[in-house]
Amino acid sequence: MRGITYLVVLFIAYIIIDILIHGLPTISWDFLTGDPEKSGAEGGIFPAILGTLYLVVGTIAVALPLGMFSAVYLTEYAKQNKLAQSIRMAIVTLAGIPSIVFGLFGLGLFVITLNFGSSILAGSLTLACMILPTIIVASEESLKSVPQYMREGSLALGATKWETIYKNVLPYALPGMLTGSILGIGRAAGETAPILLTAAAFFLPELPTSVFDPVMALPYHLYILATQHPEAQKILPMQYGTALVLLFLVVGLNLVAIILRIRVRKKYKW
Amino acid sequence: MNRQRLKAKLIKYFLQSCGSLSIIIVLLIFLFLFKEAIPFIGSPGITELFHNVWNPVSFQKEEFGIVPLITGSIVVTLLAIIIAVPFGIIGAVYISEIASPKEREFLKPFIEILAGIPSVVLGFFGLVVVSPLIKDVFQLNSGLNALTGSVLLALMAIPTIMSISEDAIKSVPSVYKEASLALGASKLETIWKVVVPAALSGIVASVMLGMGRVVGETMAVMMVTGNSPVISFNPFSSVRTMTATIAAEMGEVTIGSNHYMALFWVGIVLMLMTFGLNLISYRVLKKYGLSEK
Amino acid sequence: MVDIQADSKVKVHVENMNFYYGPVQALFDINLDIPEKKVTALIGPSGCGKSTFLRTLNRMNDIIDGTRIEGKVMIDDKDIYDPMTDVVELRKKVGMIFQKSNPFPKSIFDNIAYGPRIHGVKDKNKLMDIVESCLIKSALWDEVKDRLEKNAMGLSGGQQQRLCIARALAINPDVVLMDEPASALDPKSTLKIEDLINELKKDYTIIIVTHNMQQAGRVSDHTAFFYEGRLIEFGATEQIFTKPNQKQTEDYITGRFG
Repeated sequence: MRGITYLVVLFIAYIIIDILIHGLPTISWDFLTGDPEKSGAEGGIFPAILGTLYLVVGTIAVALPLGMFSAVYLTEYAKQNKLAQSIRMAIVTLAGIPSIVFGLFGLGLFVITLNFGSSILAGSLTLACMILPTIIVASEESLKSVPQYMREGSLALGATKWETIYKNVLPYALPGMLTGSILGIGRAAGETAPILLTAAAFFLPELPTSVFDPVMALPYHLYILATQHPEAQKILPMQYGTALVLLFLVVGLNLVAIILRIRVRKKYKW
Repeated sequence: MNRQRLKAKLIKYFLQSCGSLSIIIVLLIFLFLFKEAIPFIGSPGITELFHNVWNPVSFQKEEFGIVPLITGSIVVTLLAIIIAVPFGIIGAVYISEIASPKEREFLKPFIEILAGIPSVVLGFFGLVVVSPLIKDVFQLNSGLNALTGSVLLALMAIPTIMSISEDAIKSVPSVYKEASLALGASKLETIWKVVVPAALSGIVASVMLGMGRVVGETMAVMMVTGNSPVISFNPFSSVRTMTATIAAEMGEVTIGSNHYMALFWVGIVLMLMTFGLNLISYRVLKKYGLSEK
Repeated sequence: MVDIQADSKVKVHVENMNFYYGPVQALFDINLDIPEKKVTALIGPSGCGKSTFLRTLNRMNDIIDGTRIEGKVMIDDKDIYDPMTDVVELRKKVGMIFQKSNPFPKSIFDNIAYGPRIHGVKDKNKLMDIVESCLIKSALWDEVKDRLEKNAMGLSGGQQQRLCIARALAINPDVVLMDEPASALDPKSTLKIEDLINELKKDYTIIIVTHNMQQAGRVSDHTAFFYEGRLIEFGATEQIFTKPNQKQTEDYITGRFG
């Protein structure tokens, strides 16, 4: 049994090491900050990195406050009523919807009906819908870990419910809420299918200037280089380089979340 | 005093509407999938979807039979689950029952990393490493087939199966184990004959959740399965899944065309499948108090 | 059945009170007058409703889902369950000390300043005055005056509980509710808390839940005995402990159950 478990570990390690070994030689300052040339066969991936960052920031800006407020409602206000049950059911449903279906939804609602076009805005909103459940569940867990006596103590001193939540619950729940949310954000950064239909373009001559512009994005860039490029076999280093940057970004985010989680748990032992 | 009450009410309503947004998003998703798909019933007709040929771009006759896409998804998913289940369950048993605490502290986050690798990176790895390997091992003309896709999908399902099975195994009361050990059963006998059967429903639910994830996975499959829309149950043949079809073709269709609508139908079928799988597994998990995931 | 010494005014008046957790009735027809600036002890076996009763007096039960109350609870002749009553004002007037000391994971200073800040005191000097006077009142000043900026979680259990008392005093209440304030403390710290209670009753009406009968005997002027959600007997502590009128009270006092 140990053998089989470690086979999985070995496989994960192999994936990471393979991408590291083949990707590292490609990484250079020019690769990270340059524009793609010859449709991605040469040059850098700067616009794709920037695009992914734009999408991630946009997604956070929408999903983080929404998810946190939802979690506050669910843990602090809603008890066992019908609405709360429906919200929980909706969250479970959302969490199970395939990413490509989110893409279809984003295409139908944001790109076409609301006429945002293929854009940062449409992509961020789509990704935000997708990671909302992760953020809500993580935030709820963190809020629940703040002991009940913190609330009672504050209420007994004559604080209102909101004052109690704002001053005596949220400050202690926030680190946990954020670290839990990073996992969702990492997922948003690495997703391809939804942005394929709502935001991404393979090559753009100029950097986006507004939220209504389409963007290049790392995962999409990698997909195109690996499967759609006429000389896919010859530009393997470019593919590995892009994969490494993306992996670094996403796994890096996850690692940060895992480490922060351990530290937060140590800091607040209730 | 009244101002304070008003403020409290406003805050509550504000938070409530944020929370309710999840419901609205779910409703909107259903609404928009159907809104874009519905006209198809009138013009080419809904029965078109049940045919066996998917050939949406053709000068002679466009065909929108989604059966090959469904079978493609099923073949890839089942294969992936067959591969993932032993790893997932044995891993879960090992981590929860046998591994030392130190080992556990290393293994759990490490396998979590696997869940975090973007599918496009996994797909890329499949394309450049796994696919040539499978081609050589089985002496095929091409490594882009259902099996390669399944291997990658299995990798994605393993973390899900492992972590939820582990929870289920951990929640088996230790008195069961102690009773079995006291009767002279060995540790391994106890695990396989007492612990695992007791955790079975949780384990089954974990497998179904893994399945839900696998059916909905797009990029990795699209990159390595070869994408020919044929009905075949041969693991070495090229297949095209529902997800890959949407992702690959949506970029090139005219909005509002028959092809466009048919792709939304594919999305609906896909969503209903994952929805069903998830619903059943959450029911099971909830019954055993394991649903807080 | 209620006999209060004539020299003190009624602070809390409870009339025909019934209390329910959902379908379960927890308190039955409670009638009670609690005198001002005295210590009233609530005793009885676990689950008898004494803590529930205590929590009705500052409406802390409101935050539990599905609870319901009938009857009247008057503090200073005002019905605290009147729909027009402001719960925040009520809780400012009725402070509470919990069974488990519950300092917030903030500095000692911020713990005590929490209440005043909520109620609009911003001036640093004024806050400092409040903190100092409350710490002096709770007999903690000498022990912590040099480390007001340190985290309150670093204090010992007894100190934490006295900090919580200081915190409750900082909002300047009339009534202080104490829910088994010394149950988690060692004998020495318990004694300190009891001394403190004796000191505080000059200025505050104190209602204390305890299942330590010696403690009730030591600190209280009046004692109410609760059993199975009913108030069995209420009177001067000495009378309750030496010649109780009810059989159940006597059984409990002499240790035949509970």
